[in-house]
Amino acid sequence: MGRKLDPTKKEKRGPGRKARKQKGAETELARFLPAVSDENSKRLSSRARKRAAKRRLGSAEVPKTNKSPEAKPLPGKLPKGIFAGAVQTAGKKGPQSLFNAAQGKKRPAPSSDEEEEEEDSEEDDVVNQGDLWGSEDDADMVDDYGADSNSEDEEEGEEAGVQWLDLGSLQPPPSGFKQFSCLSFLSSWDLQLLPIERAARKQKVREAAAGVQWSEEETEDEEEEVTPESGPSKEEEADGGLQINVDEEPFVLPPAGEMEQDILAPDLQRVHKRIQDIVGILRDFGAQREEGRSRSEYLNRLKKDLATYYSYGDFLLGKLMDLFPLSELVEFLEANEVPRPVTLRTNTLKTRRRDLAQALINRGVNLDPLGKWSKTGLVVYDSSVPIGATPEYLAGHYMLQGASSMLPVMALAPQEHERILDMCCAPGGKTSYMAQLMKNTGVILANDANAERLKSVVGNLHRLGVTNTVISHYDGRQFPKVVGGFDRVLLDAPCSGTGVISKDPAVKTNKDEKDILRCAHLQKELLLSAIDSVNATSKTGGYLVYCTCSIMVEENEWVVDYALKKRNVRLVPTGLDFGQEGFTRFRERRFHPSLRSARRFYPHTHNMDGFFIAKFKKFSNSIPQSETGNSETATPKNVDLPQVIPKSENSSQPAKKAKGAAKTKQQLQKQQRPKKASFQKPNGTSKGADSELSTVPSVRKTQASSRCQDSSQPAGKAEGIRESKVTGKLKQRSPKLQSSKKVAFLKQNAPPKGTDTETLSVLSPSKTQATLKPKDHHHPLGRAKGVEKQQLPEQPFKKAAFQKQNDTPKGPQPPTVSPISSSRPPPAKRKKSQSRGNGQLLLS
Amino acid sequence: MRPLTEEETRVMFEKIAKYIGENLQLLVDRPDGTYCFRLHNDRVYYVSEKIMKLAANISGNKLVSLGTCFGKFTKTHKFRLHVTALDYLAPYAKYKVWIKPGAEQSFLYGNHVLKSGLGRITENTSQYQGVVVYSMADIPLGFGVAAKSTQDCRKVDPMAIVVFHQADVGEYVRHEETLT
Repeated sequence: MGRKLDPTKKEKRGPGRKARKQKGAETELARFLPAVSDENSKRLSSRARKRAAKRRLGSAEVPKTNKSPEAKPLPGKLPKGIFAGAVQTAGKKGPQSLFNAAQGKKRPAPSSDEEEEEEDSEEDDVVNQGDLWGSEDDADMVDDYGADSNSEDEEEGEEAGVQWLDLGSLQPPPSGFKQFSCLSFLSSWDLQLLPIERAARKQKVREAAAGVQWSEEETEDEEEEVTPESGPSKEEEADGGLQINVDEEPFVLPPAGEMEQDILAPDLQRVHKRIQDIVGILRDFGAQREEGRSRSEYLNRLKKDLATYYSYGDFLLGKLMDLFPLSELVEFLEANEVPRPVTLRTNTLKTRRRDLAQALINRGVNLDPLGKWSKTGLVVYDSSVPIGATPEYLAGHYMLQGASSMLPVMALAPQEHERILDMCCAPGGKTSYMAQLMKNTGVILANDANAERLKSVVGNLHRLGVTNTVISHYDGRQFPKVVGGFDRVLLDAPCSGTGVISKDPAVKTNKDEKDILRCAHLQKELLLSAIDSVNATSKTGGYLVYCTCSIMVEENEWVVDYALKKRNVRLVPTGLDFGQEGFTRFRERRFHPSLRSARRFYPHTHNMDGFFIAKFKKFSNSIPQSETGNSETATPKNVDLPQVIPKSENSSQPAKKAKGAAKTKQQLQKQQRPKKASFQKPNGTSKGADSELSTVPSVRKTQASSRCQDSSQPAGKAEGIRESKVTGKLKQRSPKLQSSKKVAFLKQNAPPKGTDTETLSVLSPSKTQATLKPKDHHHPLGRAKGVEKQQLPEQPFKKAAFQKQNDTPKGPQPPTVSPISSSRPPPAKRKKSQSRGNGQLLLS
Repeated sequence: MRPLTEEETRVMFEKIAKYIGENLQLLVDRPDGTYCFRLHNDRVYYVSEKIMKLAANISGNKLVSLGTCFGKFTKTHKFRLHVTALDYLAPYAKYKVWIKPGAEQSFLYGNHVLKSGLGRITENTSQYQGVVVYSMADIPLGFGVAAKSTQDCRKVDPMAIVVFHQADVGEYVRHEETLT
């Protein structure tokens, strides 16, 4: 059907039709279709439009009962649209057809038989009008006088809801036109509809009425739900009254007995809903808790539900609950169910990123650059060819590598012509990245302990065209004995894999406390070996990067903190400007404040595998630990001679030794602690007892014995003071253990300062005493800041120990509280008062 | 790890010279450092002196690889070139063969090159000459031996073999274990 000419907007009459500007279908059709509010209106055919127009004409007088703007689009909208269109066309065509009739063109029967044949005639009229309309396209454009007024009426009638056009409001046709009686009979319009159309209208009316009622009911329901209820909780009350259409029953924590029943036949949907409910309650616990139920009950229930829903073991889930707040926890668990996007790294030794991207796109791979932090990374969205078998891959143009695995190499920043050690290199992605950054200069020693995985290293390095690498098969702990003096070292330590659960779901269940501690132990050993392999005096290097694909604090911050104490290294910024900072405190542990420069990555926040990266700088090649026994024997004397012997006596050497000895003493004592959960440790210096047992005893015993020899020299009085002070400190820490500790120290005091006896006494006290002693001995070191005078001297030494490790080794230890200790929180106030009292007791 | 004996050196150079001819000298005398061949566990490695010094510290049974492995000596002391040498053969190759995109996959699976897959071939290639195989985008795919001289290649029917397959980059995926 042709376009209607709008006389108000005269189109340019040019030599051809094309001279008329076309405004686009939307503007054209807007005149036909009722409104944009009519979302259900279809594009109607010309016949449909005519019918709709007729319907609208006839139903204009129908009472507008269904004007409520329901949320649901009613089917009535559709007929409305049809009506509107039909009205328009009919209205427009009416005068036209009349005009034509007057002109004696072929007219349908209605012109003669108005009453009887109104129905049929009307239909025919519409049909014929359509035909006429179609045939007289051009002429109609010019002579459509009625269109304008109709469109205006149409727009005026537009309101939300059903539109009924009052045809009587139309402009009267020009005089002289014989008006069809059908047009004037508005009330009889219904009769002229097809039966189906009548039924549709009735249906529409009915539904409109129903819809109104439904919407009224809905608002009532919501109001009911909004009313606060005392006992049970409602999710919609959270977040400032966010109204959610949840079902009526409030969430009730199932009684303890029922908690066990679910294990047999968990209904996952129910479990999932319960998880969401509990998370909502816990978010606003004060307001939404159920009376009489404790927070721990809710947490336990949540833990069980999460374990059921996501198939985690209890241990790992408990660790994750400690690590993440609840909202993040659910996100983290969800992220672990989904694999991370596939990423690859361009091998700049052979190609450039844009060339590679072009070549891969030509093969049918959908990819994008990885991010502005990477110049060589590409992320693959989907691919029609296997991305690990394209000719470009085989030619060594790229390597499939996780995004988080690119970060440690970027942090290490290997320079050309350097000697680099990669301690755990399989499958060779990081090694090859380092080689390409070094442009195949210098040397890389790629080592791995697993022979099977070394094959893939060889394959990958050859494929990527890396020529500056030597591949070896050592246990990483054998460095630096094999070869040392590297400029930089990368240690991607074997870990529990809790950051890559999405790659290996078995980690969810097969990791427990033992595994984590074993991993931590191995990582500590490897890290110490790696540190020893770095040449601190290297002109361009002296850096070490330690990274794991785990998110556990025991494998990350704890290990780094351990290394900071044991070696002359310090943490430096990684150079990565995104990622979460490492923890400086976690539950009851306290770590060195420089751990803030370490970086953590999570799957749910960064969309890459869980990772931890820490960058060390070694500032001295000397190893504090391995100093001779003489140094350590002086420790107790120095430590405990506060007022008696002036600090000046404690020159740099004894101070060093003191520090070392203090450490060894602590470690010696610690090693005798029975296997305890490491959570009992108050500060980050504590190490897993079992982790120390293996390597420490042999070293410690010799040192202890030598120490004891020297300690025989100090005056008995001093020692007595020392012992009492230490005892006092111990008392400070755990008052309930006073008596037993006293006994232990008195026992020590009783035998003369024979080397062996003291050693024995140190080594062989009862288990409990041994545990108490080191633990408490440790406490004052870590905790006490505002301590009494007696305890002051010991602390500076210990703090000096930390200082020395973390800064340049200085000689005289200032008796001030070192900045490092400031990271440790002050002890509980109540303990101080107790200790004061106890200390005085002892001294007197 | 030890240097090659005279005999071994001769055998190996002969083999390599089949592909790159007198450019072999360029492998040995490089402007950016002295490179040498070393034998370790029957495999020949091509390394620079600096890297070799570091590798000398590593005990023999722990050393897995150094530099680039060119190939290995078989039990009967014949030298077999591996695909890992491709990066050094490709730039210096004297006779090259380009294969069509459709025939790439077949070659990467270890099949010989048929006449139907042959895109281009260097002029005056003699029969049984060592050739390096490229894709049409000039990506080296492997090397082989010409089954027919260039003249014969024109005459022969499309299903005839024109290049015998010897090594291809698909072996990185197919035969990962044999690389070490």
